[in-house]
Formats: sequence, C-alpha cells, structure tokens
Amino acid sequence: MLEVGGILSWIHEALSSSCPEWLTLLIEYVLIGVGFLALYALIALILILLERKVCAYYQCRLGPMRAGFWGLLQPFADMIKILMKEIIPLLKNDKFLFFTALFLVIIGSLCTFGALQFSKDLIGIDFNVGVFYVLAISSLGVLGILLAGWSSNNKYTMIGAMRAGAQLVSYELSSGLSLLTIVILGGTMQLSGLIEAQSETWFLFQSPFTWIAMIIYLIAGHAETNRGPFDLPEAESELTAGYHIEYSGITFGLFYVGEYVNMFTIAGIGTMVFLGGWQPFHINAEWAAGFNGVMDMIPTWLWFFAKAFGLVMLSLWVRWSFPRLRIDQLLHLEWKILMPISLLNMLLMALWVAYF
Amino acid sequence: MGSSEIFVVVMITAVVMVLAAIIIGWLLAPKSKNAQKGEPYECGIPTRGTSWLQFRPGYYLFALLFLMFDVETVLLFPWATITKTLGPNGILAILFFLLILVLGLAYAWKKGALEWK
Repeated sequence: MLEVGGILSWIHEALSSSCPEWLTLLIEYVLIGVGFLALYALIALILILLERKVCAYYQCRLGPMRAGFWGLLQPFADMIKILMKEIIPLLKNDKFLFFTALFLVIIGSLCTFGALQFSKDLIGIDFNVGVFYVLAISSLGVLGILLAGWSSNNKYTMIGAMRAGAQLVSYELSSGLSLLTIVILGGTMQLSGLIEAQSETWFLFQSPFTWIAMIIYLIAGHAETNRGPFDLPEAESELTAGYHIEYSGITFGLFYVGEYVNMFTIAGIGTMVFLGGWQPFHINAEWAAGFNGVMDMIPTWLWFFAKAFGLVMLSLWVRWSFPRLRIDQLLHLEWKILMPISLLNMLLMALWVAYF
Repeated sequence: MGSSEIFVVVMITAVVMVLAAIIIGWLLAPKSKNAQKGEPYECGIPTRGTSWLQFRPGYYLFALLFLMFDVETVLLFPWATITKTLGPNGILAILFFLLILVLGLAYAWKKGALEWK
C-alpha cells in the first residue's frame, strides 16, 4: 500500500499500453531524470534547513524563524536569493576549466546519489560491481575540487584545493578499505546483493569487525564531505572560503548543494552496507515473530530515510562539537591510525569469514 | 531497463541541471562590468604575480602514497568477493600480497614520508 513499486509499474503499464515502444522508453528516461533531480533538490533543501536549525540549537539560538512557519520556507528563500545574484565575470581565470569543475562536482555527486536504494523497489543504478562504481564515481568530485581551485587563479583557492586534494584522497583509502571489509562479509559487490544478505540480521550484528569498519567509515566519510573538524579545505578563518571563493551566484550554490547531498549520500551508503538499507529491524528468535511483523508493516523507504537521516544527525553532532584539525594532525590521523587499523580489520574479517 | 542506461540518464541529468542552473542564474541576475570586479579576490589588495606556480612537494608525496594504496584496494576487491569460497587458502595467498604492501607503508613511515614538515 505504502510502497512505491506499485506506482512505478502502473506508470510503466499505462505508458506501454498507450504509446509506441520508443516513446515509452523516452518518456520513462525523462521521468527518471526528473525524478532523480526532484529527489536531489528536495534532499538538498531539507538538509540546508536541518543544518541551520540543528546548528542553531547546538549554539542555543533559534535559527531561521521568519520565512514561513518555524522558518520552513528558509531554504526556498535561500535558493531564490542565490539565483538572483550576479555571476561575476572574472578576468584572469581559466574559463573552460572553471566551468568544467562545476560539472565534475555535480556529476560525481548526482551519479553517486543515483546508486542509493531508497526502498525495496526504488532502485536506481545497481551494477554488479556496485561498491566499485560508488568508489570510482565519487572520486570525480575530488577532480572537480582540484580543478576549481587551480582554474580560479587565486592563492586562497589554490591552498584550499591542495588541502582538499590531500584530505580527500587520503580518507578515500580508509572508506574504501571499510567497504572492502563489508564485501568480504557479504561475498558480493552488488549493492542490492549486499542488502539482500542482510535480510536476517544487519551486517552490524553479524560480526564484531563490522563495528570497527563502520566507525572508520563514518570518520572517513565525514572527512570526505569537508565538514566539521575536517573542514580545513574551506577554513573560513584562514582561507575565507577555500576552493570556491571565486564562484559567485548559482555557481557557488551548486557547490553548496553538491556538498550537502554528498553528506546524505555518504550516510545512505553507510546505511546500505552496515545498517541493512531498507531492511526492517528483525530479531532472530521464536518469541519475536510478532515484533518482526510490526516492523515489516513500516514502509521500506521510511526505514531507509530514517536510518540515513540518523547518520546525518550524527555527522551534524560531530561537526558542531569538535574544533578544526591542523593539516599534520589530519594526515597523522589517517595514515598512522585509521589506515593500519582498517588494514588489520580487513584481515581479521577475512579470517572470521573463512573460519566461522 | 538496465543499470547502464539509468547511469547514462543520470549523468545527462546532472549536465542538464548545471547548464539550466547557470542559464537561469544568468537570465535572472543583474549584470555589471567593472575592471576591479574581475580581479582575483584578495582582501582588497591586488594580487602579486600569478597563482599558477610551483607548490609544496608534501602534497605530491601523499598523492604518490595514495596511488599505491588505491591500486592495492582495486586489486583486493576481486579477492574480497570470493573469500568465503576460497577459505583459509585464499587468505594465505593474499597474505603475501598484503605483507609487501605493509612493508611499503612501514618503509614510508620510517623514512618520515608520513610526517608533515
């Protein structure tokens, strides 16, 4: 009743009964594109409001209150404002690379977002090498950030981009290794296969090493979104705004939106590989059959969004609680602490899988 | 509908979204020309020289290390999918590969390549 699969198949049948085949395909492609775009924009708007409100409450303020009831229209006001701002024509930058960077950042962000599985039947990109695909396409964003900093021809953006490059590539290793740990446990690289493998219990409760992998993934994922204690690529007190200083108007807005949705995507992938994606919470016991039945009644998309937003809230909590790291501390944390631990954890997981 | 087709659709969507946003912004926003406005932003004083110059080698070292370990992760993925079926023998086989890598990391650590100086 509450699942979206019925609606999707109804649209498909209605289209294919009334249109020729090529038109059906075309309309479906357009619908998929518009659907992803709408979801992407909606999540960006929700996250912008959430961030501002949560940040305000952490600092004992009220946050936006004027636009709409309880400030609910604030992100729309922000969006309209940023669309009306001038895109300043720069004289000394490399125009081609300057705009290519923008495309790379958004392609990386939207294509990773497309790999999320929002519910049982709302599945976008699901390759049989899904984990690999996610790792590969999300690193397009790094290229975009490096290009943005370099092509702006500004010293602040240059330093910001270099810091971002060093930080993102370093932390990509740890998040990649923790995903690898999960691939060892699940025995497949397909994201839907990984979720399927969690139908009895989530991976989190299948092995003790998953906990270590999840903690490392969350730290590394948080660092990859350039936020919180790891925000030195755009440290506003040192570099004014880091790699996107020279972007104005909507070009800056796209960077902003991309960053927010990346936060959700990281949380979503974490949900899918550690917390069972859209799988409801089940207790594997005789006496819990009634409890499991009640859990099954909650729609699967609600499970996914609840878990993902739970992880997003965790990320906001970290962001507003810790002071910024220095670059040597940042690289020390990654290369001397997280990296050896995740290598060891991977090996232990392989032993666990082979012997249990 | 296969994943590859959806992937292409999503990619085109991303490109269209950026193009549309830039065009809408360009149409709605005010435009004015000013010689000072096009200069690189720097606290009100003109920038000295170009910003496209040689940069600190520390970042380069980390990029090299990243390359090594990223390729390692790529090579480990096929093994990871079949660890369950390979059993203990598979771990023995991969242990040698990992040993070389860990030696590499230890060497870089001892040489001080992981320090930020």
